[in-house]
Amino acid sequence: MSTATYTLPAASTGGFTRNLRIFATEIRYEVMRALRTRAFSLATIGFPAMFYILFGLLMNRGESLNGVLVAKYLLGGYAVFGSLGAAIFGIGVGVSMDLSAGWLELKRASPMPPLAYVLSKCCMAVCFSVIICCLLTALGVSFGHVHLTVGEFARIVGLAAAGAIPFSCLGLVMAFSVPPSSAGGIANLVYLPMSFLSGLWIPLRFLPHALQVIAPVFPTYHLAQLMYGSLGAQAPGTTAGHWFGLLGFTLVMVGCAWIAFRRREQNA
Amino acid sequence: MSTVIEMPEATTTARTAAETVASLTNVTKRYTNGVVALDGLSLTLARGEIIALLGPNGAGKSTAVKLMMGLSSPTLGEVRIFGADPRDTATRLRTGVMLQVGKAPEMLRVREHINIFRGYYPQPMAYADIIKAAGLEGIEERFFGQLSGGQKQRVLFGIALAGDPDLIFLDEPTVGLDIEARRAMWAQIRSLAARGKTVLLTTHYLEEADALAHRIIVINKGKVVCEGTPAEVKSIGAGAGNSGAQSGLKIIRCVTTLTAQHLEAISGVTHVELAGALTSVTSSQPEATLREMLALDLNLHSLEVQSPLLEDAFLALTSDR
Repeated sequence: MSTATYTLPAASTGGFTRNLRIFATEIRYEVMRALRTRAFSLATIGFPAMFYILFGLLMNRGESLNGVLVAKYLLGGYAVFGSLGAAIFGIGVGVSMDLSAGWLELKRASPMPPLAYVLSKCCMAVCFSVIICCLLTALGVSFGHVHLTVGEFARIVGLAAAGAIPFSCLGLVMAFSVPPSSAGGIANLVYLPMSFLSGLWIPLRFLPHALQVIAPVFPTYHLAQLMYGSLGAQAPGTTAGHWFGLLGFTLVMVGCAWIAFRRREQNA
Repeated sequence: MSTVIEMPEATTTARTAAETVASLTNVTKRYTNGVVALDGLSLTLARGEIIALLGPNGAGKSTAVKLMMGLSSPTLGEVRIFGADPRDTATRLRTGVMLQVGKAPEMLRVREHINIFRGYYPQPMAYADIIKAAGLEGIEERFFGQLSGGQKQRVLFGIALAGDPDLIFLDEPTVGLDIEARRAMWAQIRSLAARGKTVLLTTHYLEEADALAHRIIVINKGKVVCEGTPAEVKSIGAGAGNSGAQSGLKIIRCVTTLTAQHLEAISGVTHVELAGALTSVTSSQPEATLREMLALDLNLHSLEVQSPLLEDAFLALTSDR
């Protein structure tokens, strides 16, 4: 499976650059395809935007939360929400559909390095996550009296990009383990409860104590705390702790995805 | 069922002389759910050949193809493509695949799909050649999702050609094509073989296998039932279940009062079948058989004499007897 093991008698020197070009092409067309698929792009970008407008802007009465304006605080939460949606629907449902349609099989029978496919999907999720974060920021700044320094903006965009990676891994696990016919339903079952339970919609301290205790199980919780911290709000836990949480979740998901993929392979 | 049928001398020697491109040697594939898809199957594909893999659903056709594409590994036995592992990238660079794909990314244009796949190969086929060979002129800028079923099939054919491969797997290539498009694809497949490419196709259209294949391999229940040129397979099939399969078989259909017992006693008759009022008699000496039948039954009518069709052979070879 590894891309490093093949040698081509005729073009061994060109192998590396060709691989690089394959990765770049795959990523470019995947992002383009996702943007062109309006049913996906509008929903993925529109959903968090709609939620943010509703809860962050329209219901905003100029209150503060943990030291920052509610509109600014919720910007972090809904950016995480958008990132999760892009990964879960883009990868969890998207890869699952490619699998069931036989498209992935056709790709795998080709000389394309399998990693190029996985990376293109992850990059698509990262791109959408960044787009959503930028859009929410624009909405907040324009209509919610949110003030952001350039540094703050750069940090939350960076976090949105990085945060899409653990969520992408979760999407891969779903794609490889859930039957394609129920992928959409399962995606919603993960997306909505996970967002709610990690306090992305309603800040955690307004939720029952039991829910506050289990929140750190979710990667969304850790990413949200990093977001809040970057926006100048007080957030529980340490920065290193949250990064560690995200990393741990990513590794567990990579492991699960690998196991699920191997199981599929063996039964192929 | 597993009777091995001797190949006529000429084809055997011709095949061993040619360069072997792909081989399955005593391959058994058992899935984890216990289903044995292939049971000691062996087959070889030679350079420049068009081979049709025929068999009823569940015979093991797609498993055999998947093994050759390196998408699955055998439980027992060996799969070699160009003398190497089919999963090696170097092997994949020399193969092209057309699979039954339910849904390809719909929001990519035909041109983009073809070029993405061309990018996987160091020496791809020229873009214009692919467009011409697959008949994609005029729809290059269309999104895949906007295409008709036949156009989608042609794009997938174009994708299979993208790397100018030496070995091409075509899984039901002409499903959904109209007669004109099907003939055009046949012409392309023939020209590939003429250029020394090897084409393995699975098909449900027996007519397609008959028209296109140099060699037909019929498999059932994971085993090779018979293989040979279309003509050989037809004659073998018509005589299946009887000893001494030979060419020159004819199927005589008529309405007669003669019983099956009577008919089987007539010289040359290898098989008798009654379907409603119609009696079908397979004979290796059709003239002699007919003379006797006409003498025995003066009221015999609705007479029809046919060469066996591949379909008859196929049914005879794969039916449970």
